[in-house]
Amino acid sequence: MSLQGITYLIVGLTFALYIGIAVWARAGSTKEFYVAGGGVHPVLNGMATGADWMSAASFISMAGLISNMGYGGGLFLMGWTGGYVLLAMLLAPYLRKFGKFTVPQFIGDRFYSKGASTVAVICLLAASLTYIIGQMTGVGVAFSRFLGVSNSTGIFIGMGIVFMYAVFGGMKGITYTQVAQYCVLILAYTVPAVFISLQLTGNPIPQLGLGSDMVGNNVALLTKLDLIVQDLGFAQYTTSTRISTLNMFVYTVSLMIGTAGLPHVIVRFFTVPKVKDARASAGWALVFIAILYTTAPAVAAMAKMNLLKTINPTVMAADSNLFAPDAQIVHAERPDWMKRWEVTGLLKFEDKNNDGRIQYYNDTSKDEAFQAKAAAAGWKGSELSVNADIMVLANPEIALLPNWVIALVAAGGLAAALSTAAGLLLAISSAISHDLLKEKFMPDLSEKGELMAGKIAMACSIMVAGYLGLNPPGFAAGTVAIAFGLAASSLFPALMLGIFSKTMNKEGAIAGMLAGLGITMFYVFAHKGIFFIKGTEFVDAIGGANFFLGIEPNAFGAIGAVVNFAVAFGVKRMFPAPPEEIVALVESVRIPRGSKEIGGAH
Amino acid sequence: MQHDSAGYWKATLALIRNVLIVWFVVSYGFGILLAPMLNNISLGGYPLGFWFAQQGSMYIFVILIFFYAKQMGKIDEKFDVHED
Repeated sequence: MSLQGITYLIVGLTFALYIGIAVWARAGSTKEFYVAGGGVHPVLNGMATGADWMSAASFISMAGLISNMGYGGGLFLMGWTGGYVLLAMLLAPYLRKFGKFTVPQFIGDRFYSKGASTVAVICLLAASLTYIIGQMTGVGVAFSRFLGVSNSTGIFIGMGIVFMYAVFGGMKGITYTQVAQYCVLILAYTVPAVFISLQLTGNPIPQLGLGSDMVGNNVALLTKLDLIVQDLGFAQYTTSTRISTLNMFVYTVSLMIGTAGLPHVIVRFFTVPKVKDARASAGWALVFIAILYTTAPAVAAMAKMNLLKTINPTVMAADSNLFAPDAQIVHAERPDWMKRWEVTGLLKFEDKNNDGRIQYYNDTSKDEAFQAKAAAAGWKGSELSVNADIMVLANPEIALLPNWVIALVAAGGLAAALSTAAGLLLAISSAISHDLLKEKFMPDLSEKGELMAGKIAMACSIMVAGYLGLNPPGFAAGTVAIAFGLAASSLFPALMLGIFSKTMNKEGAIAGMLAGLGITMFYVFAHKGIFFIKGTEFVDAIGGANFFLGIEPNAFGAIGAVVNFAVAFGVKRMFPAPPEEIVALVESVRIPRGSKEIGGAH
Repeated sequence: MQHDSAGYWKATLALIRNVLIVWFVVSYGFGILLAPMLNNISLGGYPLGFWFAQQGSMYIFVILIFFYAKQMGKIDEKFDVHED
């Protein structure tokens, strides 16, 4: 069967599975719709959380990013996993004990203020909507790359599938499809990695292969990779940091607390039966996430090695000279996978020195000795531009794996994008139907009416997300950073204060949230334009790019969080302490005994 | 019966503090601040600082959560505030 045929078959089978689960897990009550009935086993919940968490970006782009950044890419790995330690200890068990459906509801009740819950709803909607744009474009990209349909057809198919299980199944449908999606995506990620590790190092476990010697000689893979990239003028792979040590530190903090504060992740811990389960479930979630995240750096380094080996075939010889006239491959003789990916534009070749060979090196290197050697060899600039996504997408082809593995990667990419989109849609629709409609505007709404409202809100959210995916606003690339910035600077500190400070009053919490959010948005807008409108950047007027201690805007959430805490404690002193029943509420949240099933009523 | 809620909370915070110290040392300490120094030591083919940043810290995070969950269970029982 042709590659196209196998891909359709495997993707079709996985979709049939998701729809089958959707039919089986229809939601009949608001409790099933919002929190899957509150009876999900902690291990299954961990798996669903893993699928919810690992987005199209984790699956398709992360290894490529690490591949480009080398050691500095570790900030994504540590940042996106270390947050679960915070979540497990600082938030999940207490919010589960609180026992309501949504995150804004906790903030509203704890800070005895509809204003606080409104600020939380706004943060939640902003964070989730920006996050979902990336998922919808990811769905489109995955469909168009693998199934040969247009981007927009891909998004329509994706919307249709999510509609079926999210609208009818709510959290219950989403949770059980996510379990299936996790299995598909983890297989799709690890199978090619195992084969590649085996080919390069003889060790089938990628995590060990990355620390092993190369097949055929006694040099460690990372040592060899360090040598090759430096020969080509790039920074040493295992030590290249991200801008500066301070920036890498702050960026990692931002991702960790952002992870812990993202509402679509937090609500996952409302679906387990007990407080005890919420703690363990975070551990299981991290196990399932770490399987992919510890494989990613191996994929990153090995794919880079394979790419460089393909372009510079003599590189493995002990006496290789990259500057020799015949050291690079002739473009006309390049392997088939390069031809295929050139069609998609992810790989571009431009023969700058007209020698018919591919030179791929760091042409902006500051090392004059290197530049002199490159010039002497007749190199006139790097001739290959490589999109980071290719490190995962073309991986099976580079390693000459069979067609079914390529088809599996397609199904995995789609599973990752769809599962994250569904989780986000649930967070959005429950904020609308529960926090806004039921709690604010229509308190008399019946259970049945609220369930219907939830389904309508879900359907509308899918339309909006689909529209944004089809017409991505200019700032789409920067949006995930915004989501983390918002969560880190507003929601995480507010939740922490709500649980760990008995004396925090509503004025302090609201002022803190607004201040943290405000300063983070200010820094981001200064670099990327006010509401991301091109031409409105004002960073030069206030000190130039990364003016605050050399910290990049994506990393600024941590600074926003510090401001949030400082302002909250400052403002707290000026206003009366919280009423006694709130102190009692905090006391009760801290103790597991008496945890009830999750419910929405007061 | 009135629980010793102050004692329970104190024990909880102590556990959280201890876990956070390890969490900080392996990621921010070994993985970032001390990485250049640790890279002089190798673990198989890995420079040690690089290993902590891209592998080790994640394994330790997983262990930390299960350790926390287990210890928390013991504290719950000790202060008699566990769920039935």
